[in-house]
Amino acid sequence: MHLTAELKRKADPVATSAPTPAIEMAEISRRFGDVTALAQVSLSVRRGEFFSLLGPSGCGKTTLLRIIAGLDIPDEGILRIAGQDAAGLPAHKRPVNTVFQSYALFPHLNVRENLEFGLRMKKTPPAERARRVSEIMELVEISELSSRRPSQLSGGQMQRVALARAIVNQPQVLLLDEPLGALDLKLRKQLQLELHALQQRLGTTFIYVTHDQEEALVMSDRIAVMNAGRIEQLGAGCDLYERPRTRFIAQFLGSCNILEAAVQGRTGGRLEVRTKFGNLEMDLGPSARPLSPGDACTLAVRPEKVALRVDRNPHNANCFPARVAELIYTGSETQYHLEAAGGMLKAWVLNTRVGHQGLHAGEEIQVQLRSDALILLDD
Amino acid sequence: MHARSKTLTTSAAVIYAFLYAPIAIVVVFSFNAARHGAGWQGFTLHWYRTLLANEQALSAARNSLLLAICSTVIATVLGTMLGFGLNRYRFRGHRFVSRILYLPVFIPDIVMAVSLLLLYSLLRQWSGLFQLGMTTMVLGHVTFQIPFVAIIVRARLAGLNPALEEAAHDLGANGWQTFWRVTFPLMIPGVLAGAMLAFTLSLDDFVVSFFTSGPGSTTLPILIYSSVKRGITPDINALSTLMIAASALAAVTVTLLQRNRKV
Repeated sequence: MHLTAELKRKADPVATSAPTPAIEMAEISRRFGDVTALAQVSLSVRRGEFFSLLGPSGCGKTTLLRIIAGLDIPDEGILRIAGQDAAGLPAHKRPVNTVFQSYALFPHLNVRENLEFGLRMKKTPPAERARRVSEIMELVEISELSSRRPSQLSGGQMQRVALARAIVNQPQVLLLDEPLGALDLKLRKQLQLELHALQQRLGTTFIYVTHDQEEALVMSDRIAVMNAGRIEQLGAGCDLYERPRTRFIAQFLGSCNILEAAVQGRTGGRLEVRTKFGNLEMDLGPSARPLSPGDACTLAVRPEKVALRVDRNPHNANCFPARVAELIYTGSETQYHLEAAGGMLKAWVLNTRVGHQGLHAGEEIQVQLRSDALILLDD
Repeated sequence: MHARSKTLTTSAAVIYAFLYAPIAIVVVFSFNAARHGAGWQGFTLHWYRTLLANEQALSAARNSLLLAICSTVIATVLGTMLGFGLNRYRFRGHRFVSRILYLPVFIPDIVMAVSLLLLYSLLRQWSGLFQLGMTTMVLGHVTFQIPFVAIIVRARLAGLNPALEEAAHDLGANGWQTFWRVTFPLMIPGVLAGAMLAFTLSLDDFVVSFFTSGPGSTTLPILIYSSVKRGITPDINALSTLMIAASALAAVTVTLLQRNRKV
């Protein structure tokens, strides 16, 4: 509720000091029959930001994008686009444009006519229209496709045309709905970098929907991770990866070992917990919730932050023996499945040395979970 | 090509022979110089020339074309609107209305024809209008053409990516602009295919035409029927061949339209 109040305060010109955000959303809800697609989502996207909505399919990210575009109407909540209330503003009057997942290029028009569509609707004079379309075609390198029909284009070319058709209208916010989803991995990686460079160059606010966590990490200034119609955590990619707040974030963004733990004691910034791997010490972040002995909690540790040692040093804290149960060699790293007395654990080791290296299946080693590698989760 | 099963090839050949033998015979005999009998007595275009000089045949051809064109235009407009409405709007009884759209396709022509005849005679008693003739024939043809047009147009719309209209809205087009600049151009292949089918159906129709025609509105199928009663003559073979050619042309046009406008 306070966010709604805050939005109202921001709308007051006297109170405004910071630039208006590109998108402001307060308690947006959307239900389809019995299914809640969005449950009171509040969000603010800064101007010029590359913002990603990341989540598994069915999490509500596309619905959220469609609501911003005006292609879907929320049941409740407030939406402002560039400071203007979007309620009652139909899709064709909003200063946003969309790159659709299926590209949705008009099959009866050629590439140039597709690009001209939006400008024609806005009654841009023909001379300016032609100039802007040519400029954009050069920018995304599709000038030579000008007279082709969409059916004569490859997937990558269609993607560029769809992008060009949207940005030629110079929208306040560009909405992208998994635009690279249908392309092969190599092209996707190349276009990720191109998209990011394009966004930097144009300075337009991009809102990018994807289910691919790596894609979100590569391009975004900030990411909102969505789950079951809610934003589970919002922040820069590095924050989300290094300090996941929930089990879902820890496991959706990258890979994680999850440990159930019971608090044993607390001394200053350190917590002692009992886990299936024995008693462990961990650092507490500044924002940790109050925990007292006996409380149950959940810990996460990233597999690449699990340290493996061949030597036995009884003075090392958070150490326990384990056996290599299985290993997967992926080139740059080797992924070990370790079997300790308390259970299984994943550990990824970067292959930094030249030549054959690493441990063999069945080998006995020491595992160390360093106190700063343990993350305390909220759930 | 690998050697296919001989049985398969043979049975395919037999089926095609079965399908095309009657057509082939009519076409061949339309060029046969023999007036009677089954023997080949040399190639001639005589029967086509006779046909062109036959005032009755020409008038029947004019009637057939007039009937086909009028009924096709009306049925295409109404059928397209119906197909669009059924695709776009959901209302109470939508399922029922969609299902009974197919009914006239399955109802035997003869039942349709008798029903129309009865309807016209009732309407004639009440209003004094609906004298049998070209008008009643056009109306009769429109009734059986509409479902075909509507079904084809609806299938075309159902096959379109719904994101296309959303993209148009997103790019600043209002509902009206979206319809005329995106939806309608994309519907056209379906509309034309429906129109071609309706045209062919009208051109070939005998039963409904026969029951609803009046004096002076004889069409080609009716003329052929009444001539054949007096015995098959070679100029009827020529006429039949021309009708086959016209129908084939329409069918090929439909196929080409659907191929070229593939989306």
